[in-house]
Amino acid sequence: MAAQVKAAEHREPLVRIAKRTDISRGKSWAIRAAAIVLALLLGALIMLLLGHNPFLVYADMVRGSLGTQIGRRETVKIAVPLLGAAVAIAPAFMMKFWNIGAEGQILAGGIAATYFALFWADTLPRVPLLIVMFLAAAIAGALWGLIPAFFKAKWGTNETLFTLMLNYIALGIEQYLQNGPWKDTKGTGFPIIAQFASNARLPKVLGVHAGWIIVLIFVVLMFLYLRYTKQGYEIAVVGESEATARYSGMSVPKIVMRTMCISGAIAGIVGFTVVSGADYTLNANTAGGVGFTAITVAWLAGLNPIIMVFIAAFLAILTKGSGTIQTNFSIPASVADVLTGIILFAMLGCEFFIRYRLIFRGKGEHSNG
Amino acid sequence: MDANTAIRLKDITKTFGPVVANDKISLEVDRGEILALLGENGSGKTTLMNMLSGIYFPDAGQIWVDGREVTIRSPRDAFELGIGMIHQHFKLVDVLTAAENIVLGLDQKGRLDRKKVAREVRAISEKYGFDIDPDQKIYNMSVSQKQTVEIVKVLYRGANILILDEPTAVLTPQETEKLFAVLRNMKADGKSIIIITHKLNEVMAISDKVAVLRKGKYIGTVNTAETNPQALTDMMVGHAVTLDIDRPMAKYHDLRLEVKGLNCRGSDGVKALTDVSFTAMGGEILGIAGVAGSGQKELLEAIAGLQKVESGHIFYYPPHPKSDIAGNHVPVDKAGEELVGKNPTQIQKIGVSLAFVPEDRLGMGLVASMDMVDNMMLKTYKESKGPLVDRKTPRALAEKLIEELEIVTPGVSTPVRKLSGGNVQKVLVGREIASSPTVLMTAYPVRGLDINSSYTIYRLLNEQKMKGVAVLLVGEDLDVLLELCDRIVVLCGGRVTGVVDARTATKDQVGLLMTQSAGKEAEA
Repeated sequence: MAAQVKAAEHREPLVRIAKRTDISRGKSWAIRAAAIVLALLLGALIMLLLGHNPFLVYADMVRGSLGTQIGRRETVKIAVPLLGAAVAIAPAFMMKFWNIGAEGQILAGGIAATYFALFWADTLPRVPLLIVMFLAAAIAGALWGLIPAFFKAKWGTNETLFTLMLNYIALGIEQYLQNGPWKDTKGTGFPIIAQFASNARLPKVLGVHAGWIIVLIFVVLMFLYLRYTKQGYEIAVVGESEATARYSGMSVPKIVMRTMCISGAIAGIVGFTVVSGADYTLNANTAGGVGFTAITVAWLAGLNPIIMVFIAAFLAILTKGSGTIQTNFSIPASVADVLTGIILFAMLGCEFFIRYRLIFRGKGEHSNG
Repeated sequence: MDANTAIRLKDITKTFGPVVANDKISLEVDRGEILALLGENGSGKTTLMNMLSGIYFPDAGQIWVDGREVTIRSPRDAFELGIGMIHQHFKLVDVLTAAENIVLGLDQKGRLDRKKVAREVRAISEKYGFDIDPDQKIYNMSVSQKQTVEIVKVLYRGANILILDEPTAVLTPQETEKLFAVLRNMKADGKSIIIITHKLNEVMAISDKVAVLRKGKYIGTVNTAETNPQALTDMMVGHAVTLDIDRPMAKYHDLRLEVKGLNCRGSDGVKALTDVSFTAMGGEILGIAGVAGSGQKELLEAIAGLQKVESGHIFYYPPHPKSDIAGNHVPVDKAGEELVGKNPTQIQKIGVSLAFVPEDRLGMGLVASMDMVDNMMLKTYKESKGPLVDRKTPRALAEKLIEELEIVTPGVSTPVRKLSGGNVQKVLVGREIASSPTVLMTAYPVRGLDINSSYTIYRLLNEQKMKGVAVLLVGEDLDVLLELCDRIVVLCGGRVTGVVDARTATKDQVGLLMTQSAGKEAEA
């Protein structure tokens, strides 16, 4: 042991990690930009190894997602549910209630909306029908969100597992409906649900279903809700410390349940926009992993709904772009996924460098950056 | 530096972002010597010691141990150099025994020989006079026993240099005496001891030398025999502070709160309060003394409506509207209002305010990541009309507090976790006072605070008392309780063991009441 100590004398560790106390906004964005550039370079390397010209591939990604009107519309279509779900989980995450059940809440909303689309389309005109579908989706999503919140508030169950399990239950219900009572009898015999009647479809605005307007309204509302309302303030306090919330006389169970109703309701409405605006039907892919990707969006945006718009747009461009290069360069889907993965990894990973800094030996005091 | 020097620090500097926590600090400790490291809160004592124990790495400066220049990169390096630190918050595994905790983390080949460990632990205990059972589980131990395990742990690992971070904060006067006896034995054995403390009487009682830090700077080292508390205080704060705490007499006393036969169970289902009865008067500071965990927390929470009451009553008597602070007194004529069964918000509205300061100051009264404005409105945000929060009123309040209480902060929008302990405390107590309560309850309001900040808090509490507020003060420093309070209720094991007049009671008397039933246990 003594020998070790001797060897260690006069030597600083090669790299030390120190927490940053403050970082300017510009610098943190510079780090993020550098991370993305690094990820793009890494992706370029992979494409080079596969024998493609990375410049052409990247250019094609951009062209595919933004270059044409059809491409742009597709990109927006991808972004809408992603952004909506991210906004939905924002209040729950702010409260440190780890709602990873947006997936199930989207489905619950989609199922409720589909019920009215299938069975009330004959009796209701377009506007009232859409409003009923909207409300039904909101209520169904809210209930699906309320269940884990209720159990957590009453018996302290783990919300992460609970919301996750509810995803599968929602999916199971959807499968049952699709294969049983709601199966399209006029179709080819495949277990699918019939396409909605035209009065159950969301109208298009600027070429994309009106869901984008709904979601953008929620972005603004959520931003204001979290920042300027009493309920938003309560959410922040509960998220920071339940004990403090209790001490200041807040009813934590009530806040938890109310917030999850809001979170679930918005997710449910996202489900409504998907079935009524994008797919015109309900299927197992109605949520399609959006509820999970939305966590990345919400987190990268620091739970700020306004920033989520940009993150969701960026992810949608990536998704659409990698779809394009699959067809144009016959790059396997998995490689496109790897590329997306690298970029996401870099974006999440760089948060470490925003929070901490590395100090290399011998540069202790100078490397304050 | 001579051959007898155990540790020498030279020009040690450590910065955290823009804050210089330690600015070129130099120290020396000899073998067989007890050095008290004295300084106000935020003066950098713990930071400095954390660099010795390998938790932080200095930005600049040199360290010599036993005359050899060393680099301490990790707690392991420190431990190999024979430096052991006993932290304020114990780092023990509850479900393991004392002996298991002591050997935990040591790289030893083969099986753990429990008997051998127990034998060695006993040997160390006998040598220095510890009272420890190697086979006892940590969760069965009192705070002082846990501390003993921590000390034996570092000794077992062969530490020759012990650093104790505020070891007496959690101890009763009797336990403190025991600890000091052990420290003296270790000193006689040639160990070097550095003890971080705020309490001047303890510095005088135990140390050979005192090193004083102020605001991250090294002020100087003096021999304890050649100094006195007044001189040390001057070094610490930079200017003379009178040690006497003011104790004005209110113009009249007024029954405000009556607790009758209160029984409660704590969160773990264990009986926390048994048949507790006492009264609190307006115009009086009522101290609540007791060893940590004697039911103080449950008592305050029960009054604030946060703790379920099994049986008993808490009556609140509102002051007569014609009574005022000028001295016009009309006795309370209304029947008491029962507080048991009301929710915290209702009790708050009545005027009973709880400024609870738990172990970590930011735990419950404040939200660490929020700024002062958002913290100001924690209890009042519901009062404004409509669904939106009103941040103007709390902002004005925050600015007022910063000015009146001399809170040091870059601004009202700085998260309170970036403030130093004393300033956080001022924010908390200031907010409670701003709600003009008729009953103000505070627990450990000066824990960990430097002298200046402590006096500010005492002044605030006295002001409230003179306004006719009934102040309930849970404290740990008996000297302070005896100088500041009018009466003291002593709790022991959830029972009231006595109510004494603080003007006439002695420290021994209160200390005895505090340990009345726990005394037997400590001897066993």
